[in-house]
Amino acid sequence: MAKAELMDFDKALELFEPVLGFEVHVELNTKTKMFSDAPNFFGGEPNTNITPLDLGLPGSLPVVNEQAVRYSISLGLALGCSIAESSRFARKNYYYPDTPKNYQISQFDEPIAYDGNVEVELADGRKFQISIERAHMEEDAGKLTHIGGSTGRIQGADYSLVDYNRAGVPLVEIVTNMIFGAEKDAPELAKAYVSAIRDIVVSLGISDAKMERGNLRCDANISLSPRGSGKLGTRTETKNVNSLRSVERAIRYEIQRQAAILAKGGTILQETRHWHEDTGVTSAGRPKSDADDYRYFPEPDLLPVVPGAELIEQLRLALPEAPAIRRRRLKEAWSFTDLEFQDVLNSGLLVEVEETVAAGASAQSARKWWTGEIARLANIAGVDASTLVSPLHVSELIALIESGDLTDRLARQVLEGVVAGEGAPHEVVDARGLKVVSDDGALIAAIDEALAAQPDVLAKIRDGKVQAAGAVIGAVMKAMRGSADAARVRELVLERAAVTE
Amino acid sequence: MSLIYLSAAELSAKLGSGEVSSVEATQAHLDRITAVDGDVHAFLHINAEALKTAADVDARRAAGEQLGELAGVPIAIKDVLCTIGMPSTAGSRILEGWIPPYDATVVSRLRAANLIPLGKTNMDEFAMGSSTEHSAYGPTHNPWDLERIPGGSGGGSAAAVAAFEAPIALGSDTGGSIRQPAAVTGSVGVKPTYGSVSRYGAIALASSLDQVGPVSRTVLDSALVHDIIGGHDPRDSTSLKDTWPSFAAAARAGATAESLKGLRVGVVKQLDAPGFQDGVKLRFHESLAMMEEAGAEIVEVSAPNFEYAVAAYYLILPAEASSNLARFDSVRFGLRVNPAGGGTVEDVMAATRGAGFGAEVKRRIILGTYALSAGYYDEYYGSAQKVRTLIQRDFDAAFAQVDVLVSPSAPTTAFKLGEKIDDPLAMYLNDVTTIPANLAGIPGMGLPIGLAPEDGLPVGLQIMAPARADDRLYKLGATLERMLEEKWGHTLLSQAPNLTPTEMFAASEGAV
Repeated sequence: MAKAELMDFDKALELFEPVLGFEVHVELNTKTKMFSDAPNFFGGEPNTNITPLDLGLPGSLPVVNEQAVRYSISLGLALGCSIAESSRFARKNYYYPDTPKNYQISQFDEPIAYDGNVEVELADGRKFQISIERAHMEEDAGKLTHIGGSTGRIQGADYSLVDYNRAGVPLVEIVTNMIFGAEKDAPELAKAYVSAIRDIVVSLGISDAKMERGNLRCDANISLSPRGSGKLGTRTETKNVNSLRSVERAIRYEIQRQAAILAKGGTILQETRHWHEDTGVTSAGRPKSDADDYRYFPEPDLLPVVPGAELIEQLRLALPEAPAIRRRRLKEAWSFTDLEFQDVLNSGLLVEVEETVAAGASAQSARKWWTGEIARLANIAGVDASTLVSPLHVSELIALIESGDLTDRLARQVLEGVVAGEGAPHEVVDARGLKVVSDDGALIAAIDEALAAQPDVLAKIRDGKVQAAGAVIGAVMKAMRGSADAARVRELVLERAAVTE
Repeated sequence: MSLIYLSAAELSAKLGSGEVSSVEATQAHLDRITAVDGDVHAFLHINAEALKTAADVDARRAAGEQLGELAGVPIAIKDVLCTIGMPSTAGSRILEGWIPPYDATVVSRLRAANLIPLGKTNMDEFAMGSSTEHSAYGPTHNPWDLERIPGGSGGGSAAAVAAFEAPIALGSDTGGSIRQPAAVTGSVGVKPTYGSVSRYGAIALASSLDQVGPVSRTVLDSALVHDIIGGHDPRDSTSLKDTWPSFAAAARAGATAESLKGLRVGVVKQLDAPGFQDGVKLRFHESLAMMEEAGAEIVEVSAPNFEYAVAAYYLILPAEASSNLARFDSVRFGLRVNPAGGGTVEDVMAATRGAGFGAEVKRRIILGTYALSAGYYDEYYGSAQKVRTLIQRDFDAAFAQVDVLVSPSAPTTAFKLGEKIDDPLAMYLNDVTTIPANLAGIPGMGLPIGLAPEDGLPVGLQIMAPARADDRLYKLGATLERMLEEKWGHTLLSQAPNLTPTEMFAASEGAV
């Protein structure tokens, strides 16, 4: 993909004001699809998780997934939206082979949630309010694979294969109002916004929210308004942005690309553009005009969705704490530095640390173990740290260290045992015999033996060169195979040196 | 007496007593189909498994199993309904040979009640029409006069029962497709309350108007079928959760009712129009007189917005149909036509739809696409929905005064094949009497009330009741049926001409 001519980013910002808008699609992780009882599971053999409806067979009818409605209401509430007393599904009519009925059941003039607000925080702590126009329910399309041709796109392909396993997967589309004033922060703001949406759906537990798997998809709209013109520019809609990093890069690229065209007196085509992660460019998709006519009309196969005030209230009360507020609260409660907290966030282990602290561990110990040894083991195993060990066991491990029963080194061995499925930390301790030796008799015997073996050291200690004791301590620790408390060993070494003749 | 002239209720009595087996009954109807369907062309497909299913029901009955009332009775099924093991084409070339992997809910209920599906009946393509002339597989002929239309879209089901090829059938009614064919073939048909019979597996024409219902020769038979197919279906979101009274019980009560005393019968002024055929008006007014004589109070009611019903209907129906029929694109099922020299998926879709759809279907898709287009939506679809609300209010006002409403089922008797095929507007106007009930979602019944003197062809009466009061149709319908047959001394269908010389004796003997 040829790189278009780009204008320097700072220069582009001097000449133009970027105006943003986002459509984020969230795939809900319900058991079954939006309108059929086929499993909501994308993957596996193509065209196996389907019912007559998912193929658009004649005579098939949709039935609304109530769980999806509840999830959508929760999401709407978490976005600060009003929830419609009555909302309606509508048919969006267009012909495309990944759309089995050749219309998508969506919501048009009566979305389930509207008029919301999301607070987004930039890395330097500045906050932006993103105004949400609406969040509406709809169904996903199937997946097309284009065979032949060089680009993997439909243009130039010899033929295409369709997998309808994804057709009918429940989606919520979150649409923002136009975002002004982001200026040079536009790329970062875009990333922060999508990240905030991801945090919200994860906290609600309503989506797997993995961008790389398409659970969360962002269409980024951007236009440039010439400074002082007071006029909106023509927008492009960039799709296929599959990571937070790409959101940021794609926005930056589009600003630079559009600015270069506009500065030369050119015009921006209203079109969809595809983001290419590998080359870091966007390419033209299909032209999109406001005159696109989807011939929306109320879906006659479905009744209006009337959730009832009681259900809405029940879901409102069940809402988890907003992720942004929760983060602020935890950082303060744990007295973490920015760096320490960011470390936890970046490892995606906030929940694990929180639960470990809740189980009694100190915040610093919980952070240290999760982002340190556990993350290291997870990295080696190539799995998520959260799958290796439970917060409860980590908390127990930390307690054993703090009580003096385990040294850090022993604790790492115990952790290995826990990860290997040998049981809770205390069970591993018992089974492997890893407990710190606190029986002074055994220690004294080992110390006397070590002192006898190193008479020169004994002499130095007696001469008041206390630091010489290190050699004896090391020998004792080695003899006890680490299962001794070094501080206690030191005490005893000095004691025995004094009395030994 | 030949088995084919028995009503379903009579046949089920003989099946229950062991006098007749289901295999015999099924064979008799298959023989009749062989004898006359070359002329009538009511069927598009005959169920090769019918005798096997019948033998199975006989065996279970012989083993002492308790079976439902219509167990072992053959039934014809309109081709708009999905059936496992039988092609379901909705009368369209685009679905030629398509065998669904699932049964429509009404069909699975028939099977569960051990009825014997005889086959699939002809219809206007995707139920668009009033004559079956729009079937891709050739028209059905009216058993009363093979030169005439059997009504539509369910002309196949109506002709099948009128020609004694099946005692009962299933139809579907979007704007009169059960009631108008009943009228012109001298049979009985009911469009139930919208939402009372599942639409799951009924190939959709207009989702907000379609309703599956029974077709028969007697009111009781329709009620028996309605009892089996009706009731809530979780697969259809528009299905009502009501529990329904037995319609057969309502029909039986009606058949034995001494009088119609206390019944308030409304005559919709706008549906008793001067433009209707003389013989239709004559029989209609005779039936009013008969009801009055039996104690009913006849009240004229006005439904001023009915004037706009046909216009609104022909915006709402094509709009929904244009969307419902979008799935016929060759990608997943049905016909595929590859344009010469290949092409894009859009080219294949266009070539397939161009070849697979008939002229009337294309006309309505274009109409509906236009009516939903940006800039026209409010003016057309939006206005039509407002009219729909006004018509519902007209009905509400009328039913505040009366228990039931009556009108002729159709403005004319059966017209000649080809007579209106080039005049869509004239064809559309044939449904002026039946369309309001669909727009309002209320139930309607068509039943025969005599022959028009000028052409000797059947005339139908339409009875309409408030939503959910389908039992009123069966009660009044059964009373009228009994009174009329007592007056005539025979059933109306016994007056139909014999279809083949070999059947002449049996027909005149068996029908009285």
